[in-house]
Amino acid sequence: MLAEATAALTARPARTLLTALGTVLGVAALVATLGLAKTAGGQIVGRFDELEATRVEVSLDNGGFFGQQDNRPNPLPFDAEDRLTRLNGVAFAGTKTSIDLEGAFARSVPVVDPLGQTEFQVPMFSASPGLFDAVRGQLETGRWYDHGHNDRGDAVAILGPAAAERLNINRVDASPAIFVGEHTLAVVGIIRAVEREPDLLSAIIVPDGWARTTFGIVAPEEVHIDVEVGAAQLIGSQAAIALAPNDPDLLRVAVPPSPGQVRRDVEGDVNALFLVLGGISLLVGAIGIANVTLVSVLERTGEIGLRRALGATRRHIATQFMFESAVLGALAGLIGASLGVLVVVGVSANREWTPILDEWIPLAAPPAGAIVGLVAGLYPALKAASIEPISALRSG
Amino acid sequence: MAPVVHLDRIERTFPGTPPVHALRESNLTIEKNDYIAIVGPSGSGKSTLLHLLGLLDRPTGGTYWLDGVDTASLDDTARAGMRAERIGFVFQAFHLLGHRTAVENVMLAEIHRRGGSKQRRERAEAALRRVGLGHRIDAFPTTLSGGERQRVAVARALIGGPSLLLADEPTGNLDSKTSESILQLFDDLHAAGLTLAVITHDDDVSERAQRRIRIHDGVLTPLTELVDRGAR
Ligand SMILES: Nc1ncnc2c1ncn2[C@@H]1O[C@H](COP(=O)(O)OP(=O)(O)OP(=O)(O)O)[C@@H](O)[C@H]1O
Ligand SMILES: [Mg+2]
Repeated sequence: MLAEATAALTARPARTLLTALGTVLGVAALVATLGLAKTAGGQIVGRFDELEATRVEVSLDNGGFFGQQDNRPNPLPFDAEDRLTRLNGVAFAGTKTSIDLEGAFARSVPVVDPLGQTEFQVPMFSASPGLFDAVRGQLETGRWYDHGHNDRGDAVAILGPAAAERLNINRVDASPAIFVGEHTLAVVGIIRAVEREPDLLSAIIVPDGWARTTFGIVAPEEVHIDVEVGAAQLIGSQAAIALAPNDPDLLRVAVPPSPGQVRRDVEGDVNALFLVLGGISLLVGAIGIANVTLVSVLERTGEIGLRRALGATRRHIATQFMFESAVLGALAGLIGASLGVLVVVGVSANREWTPILDEWIPLAAPPAGAIVGLVAGLYPALKAASIEPISALRSG
Repeated sequence: MAPVVHLDRIERTFPGTPPVHALRESNLTIEKNDYIAIVGPSGSGKSTLLHLLGLLDRPTGGTYWLDGVDTASLDDTARAGMRAERIGFVFQAFHLLGHRTAVENVMLAEIHRRGGSKQRRERAEAALRRVGLGHRIDAFPTTLSGGERQRVAVARALIGGPSLLLADEPTGNLDSKTSESILQLFDDLHAAGLTLAVITHDDDVSERAQRRIRIHDGVLTPLTELVDRGAR
């Protein structure tokens, strides 16, 4: 029966290929889609998510929405930076704690000028020196404060660019003073930009050491870690124990979703869109096969009559036409899969991407095409089986 | 031994307004190695009779025994099996598949037949040699003359050793010289023991048969009984 089906198909190769064109395109679209989605997914993770994928953040677990923060001691240590940088995979780490100034104003001139506004409410954070690297900060001018400042509890400050502008400070070579409430701080640097924690940009940042003695803060609020690529999951699992060996459960560690998950998400989005397109072209292809097979059934009435006279049952006739369109579909699947793979490789080469394609896809394409062919051939096959041999023979 | 064909008051009426009585209460017996010709004007019911004999159609009345089997008792699959095993058809329009070679066309007859498919090609080639086409085995029908095409069709009808060869106007599309060679082939096959029923409206064709049966308005009448065709 298979031989009969292929014999009929190879009799008119050009027409067979035209018939299969729709399915060829459909399968090609599907394979290209799956391949490109996977390839692009890999790219997106590799390129755009580097910043997010290297970020780990530890804070006090407030017990969820209904948590009672008050009852929980904060186990975060001020030497978080030292403890974490010992871990393999941590690039930088630093603490960040917001300080409640209780409405105190900040100004850069010692005397209040009644004519112009010179006092502002500016947020303040205390930070260990490593925070600036952990948030990937860049200096506009001056320098970061260092461990010496922090350990001694020096009254120094770094200004975010917005804070510097409001306080009208743009040069720091003379370490200009700013006044916050009754406290005086020497500005040593002004930030140009940070890649994380943008609220630093409008704030005054002071060393933990000074904040502890001045405001009596007992523990940092947050620890920010910049990890090496690929280490986020590992550090996420180690950070809590490194920071609070006795009560790691009190801490909440925020790690980026694993790269695999991100990739799957991206692939899912792209896949969904293009699978619909591929599915539609496959449907159009199936209709094409059905249509042409139907025409060929009518054209081959004489052959059907002859086969019935030679002992074929209705079932034989139906099976033969089903086989024909299934073989056609499988062929289309094969060609389509090849085209699709070529498209993936071509596009990847063009974009200098690494082509990624699951090996099951080209393998599954011919059977999938055969199924499309079977479905498409069903109606024409039933039509062929219903032809009466007498009238078929009469029609020549 | 049961005759090859026995028709007992067979009828075939096509429904319609008015209904067409293509065959009325007809009796016919074809013994083994008979060679009968069925003659009659156009529309008299010749093809209808042949389709009934070939199990391509069912009678609306009467009984048809083929090789002693009451064909009314057979379902479609069994009838298809009988067609494959016991009947050979030759049509006026040849009905060869244009994209298959002569030998492939002949092999087509064995697809639905029991038995080994191993020597199919050899059997098909032998059948072609038997009809005198041993030299055109791999030719395509489009390159064959009308007479040669009909020979391929005869070879296809012969290959399985049928009980009955049915031919509907086998020479209708051929000139007289080519017709003669086909009729000679039929004579030879008959001499070799084949049972033939040939439909024709050509006297030259019917005269070659052992027996002639006339059909008019669906009624069968024997014309000549067992003509002695001379000593052989
Ligand atoms: N399917 C059908 N439905 C209705 N009438 C039919 C059908 N088939 C045949 N007939 C009628 O039955 C009668 C016999 O037809 P049949 O084909 O047997 O004639 P025939 O003797 O073979 O004629 P010809 O020599 O022209 O081939 C005709 O009147 C024809 O119109
Ligand atoms: Mg006729």
